[in-house]
Amino acid sequence: MTTPLIRTSGLTAFYGDAQALFGIDFRLDAGELVAIIGANGAGKSTFLKSLTGLVRVQHDSVRFNGQAVGGLSPGAIVKQGLAMVPEGRRLFPSLSVEENLLMGAFAKRPGPWNLQRLYSMFPILEQKKDNPGTALSGGQQQMVAIGRALMSNPSALLCDELSLGLAPIVIKEIYDAMPAMTAEGMSVVIVEQDVSVALRVSQRVYCFQEGRVSLEGQSDELTREQISQAYFGV
Amino acid sequence: MIDTVVQGLLLGGLYCLFALGLSLMFGVMRLTNTAQGDFIVLGAFAAIAAASLVAAHPVIIGVLVLPLAFGFGYALQRYVLNGTLGKDPLPSLVVTFGLSIVIQNALLELFSADPRSLESAGLNTHSLRLGESLSIGTLPLVIFAAAVLCTLALQLLFERSALGRAFRAVSDDKDIAELMGLDSKKIYALATAIAFIVIAVAGVFQGMRTTVSPSDGPLLLLFAFEAVIIGGMGSFWGTFVGAMVLGITQQIGFRLDPGWGIWFGHLVFLAVLVVRPQGLFPKTQG
Repeated sequence: MTTPLIRTSGLTAFYGDAQALFGIDFRLDAGELVAIIGANGAGKSTFLKSLTGLVRVQHDSVRFNGQAVGGLSPGAIVKQGLAMVPEGRRLFPSLSVEENLLMGAFAKRPGPWNLQRLYSMFPILEQKKDNPGTALSGGQQQMVAIGRALMSNPSALLCDELSLGLAPIVIKEIYDAMPAMTAEGMSVVIVEQDVSVALRVSQRVYCFQEGRVSLEGQSDELTREQISQAYFGV
Repeated sequence: MIDTVVQGLLLGGLYCLFALGLSLMFGVMRLTNTAQGDFIVLGAFAAIAAASLVAAHPVIIGVLVLPLAFGFGYALQRYVLNGTLGKDPLPSLVVTFGLSIVIQNALLELFSADPRSLESAGLNTHSLRLGESLSIGTLPLVIFAAAVLCTLALQLLFERSALGRAFRAVSDDKDIAELMGLDSKKIYALATAIAFIVIAVAGVFQGMRTTVSPSDGPLLLLFAFEAVIIGGMGSFWGTFVGAMVLGITQQIGFRLDPGWGIWFGHLVFLAVLVVRPQGLFPKTQG
């Protein structure tokens, strides 16, 4: 069995004195698209932040490509090839669309992603490339946020709530671009509020409930009842 | 009247140099440098000390002081001021206030309270004739030109360069900027280092133009602060315009009565705070 791209073992995380994660075991293999679902406050975003260094965790509890990366700075982690599309987009308002994308290339690794390729995937961004980053519709901002993460040429991309605040047709447009993004073998973890979207696009799914993994399985094999129970903890 | 306005603009050039460093540090890291005026005075004294050790033309002295200022600013931010940054604006205010006191007393100890001046090789008495009734000092003109150059350079740095992009990103959202791989500690240190180059330039010109003494800092800080507030936070051309407004206002005051110059400046500053507190060209978000 090859080394998983991302592996966490008994990951715990705290916000001050409040414990948010209670021992998460998680695995992402190369080339996979794994979804994490769960109610608000289940710890999904905290988990992604632990992977990318925005929340401090024990050094050994997260391994990327076999290397322990827990607690490293976000800069060090993105240089290893793990990039995140943060929840709520969080574009830089003082930067234009193109400048936001260029910021993503700050920790650039060798790979296929550059401005031209992003513009051919999301042509509307080229049209608006000199607009301030936040003077775009929600869906377009999400495309910029994704593009910004891709510019570092990650081997694993973490997407935190891509569909938040977006209309269904826009969500579909964004997820339809996934195959084009993963064509060179990039692995993806998506955190999704929308369970049907999560199951449709992923191969495996984890369900989080109050800081613990309550269910794990193949996306096309799990039943509605199993997911409901795991989601709500009933 | 033309003469007053021209003199006001030239004075504004000096105030712009006082204010640019303040504007830069606040824009990038929301740090209010209460010791701004004292660092300018420190720069002037450093140039004066250098001039007494190295017999050279004042412009050479000025240029020599610049890399020292860069290094000093970088180290100050990296090892002292970075620790004060955070959600609470108070630590940076208190620490820079403390630095202000330390600098004033250190200068007093080293140089005594005698006002000193930087030998300017006649630059401060030379003048140019513009037309029949107008003549302007060469040094004020040089200072004005330096102010325009520094403002332009900073504006271009911020708008066109990768470093400027990094400054704007880290000022918008430090956490996400770090997610992109930026080292905010080093970026902040670079910002202060650049601010200190302008501070050194301002100090050298102040030393040439008039005498400096160790306790001059707070008044210079006031002028810098007023220029930044009138112009609006976060925009270098805004700071330039704010300095021009302050300079012209003071000159009008001086024209009416020698004791009213600085007071008129304060009045305009208060008026801006009442009518348009965000300044003329505010740009800083959040």
